[in-house]
Amino acid sequence: NGRRETRTEWVDHVRRIRDAQDQAAFAELFQHFAPRIKAFLMKSGSDATMAEECAQEVMATLWHKAHLFDPARATVATWVFTIARNKRIDVLRKQRRPEPEELWWGPEAEPEQDDVIALQQETAQLRAALTALPDAQRELIEKAYFGDLSHREIASQTGLPLGTIKSRIRLALDRLRHAMN
Amino acid sequence: MSKSIKHHLTDDLLMAYAAGSLPEAFDLMVATHLSLCDHCRARAESYDAVGGHVLEEQTEAIAMSDKSLAATMALISKGAPASKPARPNCSVLPAPLQDYVGGTVSDIRWKPIGMGVKQAILPTTSEASARLLFIPAGTAVPDHSHNGIELTMVLQGAFSDEVDRFARGDVEIADEDLEHTPVADISEDCICLAVTDAPLKFTKLMPRLFQPFLRI
Ligand SMILES: [Zn+2]
Ligand SMILES: [Zn+2]
Repeated sequence: NGRRETRTEWVDHVRRIRDAQDQAAFAELFQHFAPRIKAFLMKSGSDATMAEECAQEVMATLWHKAHLFDPARATVATWVFTIARNKRIDVLRKQRRPEPEELWWGPEAEPEQDDVIALQQETAQLRAALTALPDAQRELIEKAYFGDLSHREIASQTGLPLGTIKSRIRLALDRLRHAMN
Repeated sequence: MSKSIKHHLTDDLLMAYAAGSLPEAFDLMVATHLSLCDHCRARAESYDAVGGHVLEEQTEAIAMSDKSLAATMALISKGAPASKPARPNCSVLPAPLQDYVGGTVSDIRWKPIGMGVKQAILPTTSEASARLLFIPAGTAVPDHSHNGIELTMVLQGAFSDEVDRFARGDVEIADEDLEHTPVADISEDCICLAVTDAPLKFTKLMPRLFQPFLRI
């Protein structure tokens, strides 16, 4: 399946940035993600100028934090989403959003390729399941992620098919903790 | 990492944290709990994956300006923003709380609020409030009910109320339906992080007088 391959390819793009400051790899990531980040921020209420500026900053953060990306826990799209979301909040509040303590694998604990592939596949399955949801529920989920629903309004959205990917991330965290100790 | 956490965050809070729609005080609560709880961290990161999907699926991606890649490379060449200095070890406060306190547990600027109980209000946006509570061993927090939602997470010691016993990492979620009197364990002073999106309602007359000082 070509799409799934594309996703694993982004992982290699991030590694090439991390290991070799590869500008060609960055340009491809930029071409794919920057317009999506810009659209995401505009749907979240930002004007075009601000969204453009923030998308650039999000992509610059991706470059600088390439060493923190853990492909056994997230796809590149998920990781880019978290950076864009945090940027949106930081701009609104003019300060950094509280984030959990960072756990990263460091050079000696690079994740196993099997774990990376498994997570990327679980995510592809989650994406397929989300795409198959009824339109009304999909629209509600989008509203939530564009910041249009409060947490009380979100309460009805817990039927999301997150089971297997959640177990997979939990496994990656366990291995990471083990490697750190 | 505590393996013994029994009381976790709800799905709606974790999804709202991933979606980025919580007030700052609630973000602080979630980030603090996730620092101690891999169970909820995995749940939160699976909600991040839903966000990744929403980002990826955008049908009308909006073109960037012609010079945007060059502008981003120029931004990158200025170097990474300074990373935060390493935090000192603190057995009570996880990293997100250390950032709000500006240090470790010994740097908390407590204010007494009566009956040996102390609090420190943390600076957040006004839609919800966050504070640290110090409850001396064996002491009760006045009987009260809640106008909105109140989350209390134990950082040191433990407390018990009508619902259960809560120890380090456990979160009690109280709403309009709960009236309770939390009592700290006799063995150790209890320190909690509490966030609320509405003022508490104290049931007895005396504690009600304290409410203006509590600023909650
Ligand atoms: Zn938990
Ligand atoms: Zn209460």
